[in-house]
Amino acid sequence: MTTHSEQSGNVVPMQDRGGDALRIPEHIVEIVSDSGEGAQKCGQTFGTISGKMGNGVWTVEIIPAEIQPPARSPAGASGIRIRLGSSRVTNMGDEADLVVAFNEQVLFSRIANGAYKEGTIVLLDNKWASDPQEKIRQQYAAAVAEFQEHGLVVHELPLEEECLKLVANPRRGKNMFVLGMICQIYSRDTDLAKQEIAHTFAAKGDKVIQANHDLFDAGYRFAAEQVPYHWEIPPQETGHGRRMMISNGNQAVGLGVMAAGMELVSMYPITPATSASHYIAEVFDGVGGFVHQAEDEIAAIGFALGASFAGKTACTITSGPGMALKTEMIGLAVMAEIPIVIIDVQRGGPSTGLPTKVEQADLLSSLYGEPGDAPKVVIAPATIEECFHYVILARRLAETFRIPVIMLTDANLATGVQPYPRPELNEEWLGAPVDQSPWDPSVPPYDWNEETGLSQRPIPGQRRGEYVLTGLAHTNRSKVAYDSDSNQRSMEYRSRKLAALHRTLKRPQVHGDDEGDLLVVGWGSTRGAIEEAVDLLRSEGRRVSSLHLHFLSPLEPGLPEIFGRFKQVMTVEINYSDRADAPLITPENRRYAQLAMVLRAQTLVDVDCWSVVYGHPLQPGMLYQAIEAKLNTLNN
Amino acid sequence: MFGLKADWSLDVFERYFTLGDYAGGEARWCPGCGDFAVLNTVHRVLRDAQLPPEKTVAVSGIGCSSRLPHYMGTYGFHGLHGRALPLANGVKARRPDLDVWVATGDGDCFSIGAGPWIHSIRYNMDMVVLVFDNAIYGLTKKQTSPTSPTGMTTNTHPHGAPLPALNPLTVTLGISNVSFVAQVVDWNPPMLYETIRAAHRHRGTSFVRIIQRCPVFSDSFCKPLQEDASRILLLHHEDGIPVDDSVRRLFENQREHDPADWLGAMEIARDSSRVPMGLLYRNPDAVVYEDASARGLDKTNAEKLAAIESALDRFSI
Repeated sequence: MTTHSEQSGNVVPMQDRGGDALRIPEHIVEIVSDSGEGAQKCGQTFGTISGKMGNGVWTVEIIPAEIQPPARSPAGASGIRIRLGSSRVTNMGDEADLVVAFNEQVLFSRIANGAYKEGTIVLLDNKWASDPQEKIRQQYAAAVAEFQEHGLVVHELPLEEECLKLVANPRRGKNMFVLGMICQIYSRDTDLAKQEIAHTFAAKGDKVIQANHDLFDAGYRFAAEQVPYHWEIPPQETGHGRRMMISNGNQAVGLGVMAAGMELVSMYPITPATSASHYIAEVFDGVGGFVHQAEDEIAAIGFALGASFAGKTACTITSGPGMALKTEMIGLAVMAEIPIVIIDVQRGGPSTGLPTKVEQADLLSSLYGEPGDAPKVVIAPATIEECFHYVILARRLAETFRIPVIMLTDANLATGVQPYPRPELNEEWLGAPVDQSPWDPSVPPYDWNEETGLSQRPIPGQRRGEYVLTGLAHTNRSKVAYDSDSNQRSMEYRSRKLAALHRTLKRPQVHGDDEGDLLVVGWGSTRGAIEEAVDLLRSEGRRVSSLHLHFLSPLEPGLPEIFGRFKQVMTVEINYSDRADAPLITPENRRYAQLAMVLRAQTLVDVDCWSVVYGHPLQPGMLYQAIEAKLNTLNN
Repeated sequence: MFGLKADWSLDVFERYFTLGDYAGGEARWCPGCGDFAVLNTVHRVLRDAQLPPEKTVAVSGIGCSSRLPHYMGTYGFHGLHGRALPLANGVKARRPDLDVWVATGDGDCFSIGAGPWIHSIRYNMDMVVLVFDNAIYGLTKKQTSPTSPTGMTTNTHPHGAPLPALNPLTVTLGISNVSFVAQVVDWNPPMLYETIRAAHRHRGTSFVRIIQRCPVFSDSFCKPLQEDASRILLLHHEDGIPVDDSVRRLFENQREHDPADWLGAMEIARDSSRVPMGLLYRNPDAVVYEDASARGLDKTNAEKLAAIESALDRFSI
């Protein structure tokens, strides 16, 4: 089921559109293997080809729970899910329609995750049926029987055997064979596919490209002859005539960092944030920027703050545990009003938690993590496209308001791949060069505007602007404040900046009717899944709407009034909350989801919440049921 | 003078800096504190080098010594405990035109800031790092520091510090890419001046451990050295810190030591029977991190936009 259909304009012609292909609106495909067999590369390429053909696409990686998992183990499941549709796809969807599995064991963890349904087609490598080890042969047979009991439609296929005709080691190469298979099954453009393969292996030379093209062709032929499925998902995605691009969220962040005119990314390796810095490091030379890999998370933000103090635009990119370490520095940036952009690619917590999996649990610590009152801006992009634009927004806010800006993305946005309109660059985003003109010494370094709390800062190099920045309470001259009044006043000004920003924000748009029984409120990467579930319920006549917040500090204006037009408001989040009906839970001791807590405090509306921490992105089907259940209680 | 333009000479006159140009607020340390001597010496070195105050940045952490930026007329950054060095490195990263000075202490640098200490020596960015080592936490009132000698009584160890003191010289010398290690005492003005001046002239991270008096909390640390100059080993060499005869006369124990000799430096640093004073090690050829971090400063907006467009091309459909 897809939403946001856009009218077809320029459908990319497909070369091989078999007359027998069945037209379908969308499908969810998974490729699952042991770690190191290239399933992710296969799926990413398939997603890119589909995106380039104009299909709606969302991909999500299936990451093994261990670094070097043993072969053929449920814990080792490594792979990728690609949801492709005729029109825009905004989330990973529910159960898969078709799965290609390199061995049978890896499917168990997917089944345990509820990734498959009755009727899910499994194309399974049958090499294990004739394995020399009897134990493996038995495991395989037992698994196939179990899958069939689950209602999976299993096709045992000689994938290894076919690959051995072309390569000595099918561990390297089977993925391109499978790519050929699924490109045939879904009537993909073979020229485009071969271009993508050539691009992927460009660094390895023509011989390697040719070998992979041969594997692709073999897989394509094999599927045409041996696989009884042939579908077509006609693309309608056009971006209203705009040029489109396709990337994951961390790449979008990286592109945004450059387009925002950042000169320095100061980071420490942490999953799932690091791939953003990897990407930036690859291309940063082009804009004259530098990635500093610091000795630790604290030094990483310290280095960025030093550069920012000296007038250079810098950011730091991290994830939950790194955020915890950075809090003292964030407090310093608030206190001394040093502009800084902090990108937090959230993962499951607390502690080391779920390093590769999604959670939206850093909201409260972002808002309130520092000792003392530390007002700062917190924003959350909801789509991969917004991951790009919000970095530019974050820089502008940080400098205008002389404040840290925390941008919360998550593992779902970081690794999800989706097509979006190619941004039109603007030179103004790069910012002005560092001001080195003399400073008017009658203007103090914290010349707080009475109404807004805003002030301009002198930059080292500006004559007569010399001042000593300090994390101690200070006067407007940045002198250590030994009087009680200075502290009270400077706190007021720093807080007032958020009120000033709040004044400039637009009222958020309700998705659906402006009034009704239930308003679902979300933030961050869950937007696509929430709106898909809400649209489905609305199509069935249910009085439900949704609202997606992008500003979390300050909150967007008009919320109490919007909330007042619904019988009930409920947040949907990926962080922990007590279920209202759980043992011992009463309205008095119930712990709410994070945005719900903020909204309850700020709006005095009795906001309910529904949140889960399974570590995977929200599935619209699951959400549909949760919202439907809530609606039923409201109407009874 | 022939050919000299009047406006040029006027400008030179206008930009002559006096000690007052480098001075900030009134220094508030305890009477008899060694920090005053260091502050005054820093002012003199800056004046003699005629560094524009607006191009000079004094960065510090937290502690008695870290108040120093407040007493400077330059730009300053009074940061967080243990974090002066990452902040200073960041200042320098994209602004190699700025002259960066770091004031830190034994607790700030060797304890809570030990990680950044190790790594900043390795980054070797062009800055002067002055460690005010009084072997005690002063601001928080007499707790054991990493350099407190065994047995020193403090408020956290009233029966005496249980562990041997950390040796900042051997640790620093042992860090890859170290480029300048000197030690000096705060109560010998000519040596203090020459050492800080040499540190400033070196390109790279110049690590200067200053053995500093704290008459209030750790008098026993410096007193024996002040009273018995034979406990100090004066290092001299034609490539080392210039030592004039007036200084030489004060110290009976002297050693000619070539600052290029790392093994000799390590041997001197390890010898606990004498406190070395002078330049232990200097390597002018060590890698300087800002040579990498400040690359690309000259990119024009047109070049940047072209690079971003080409990055976008890679993802375009």
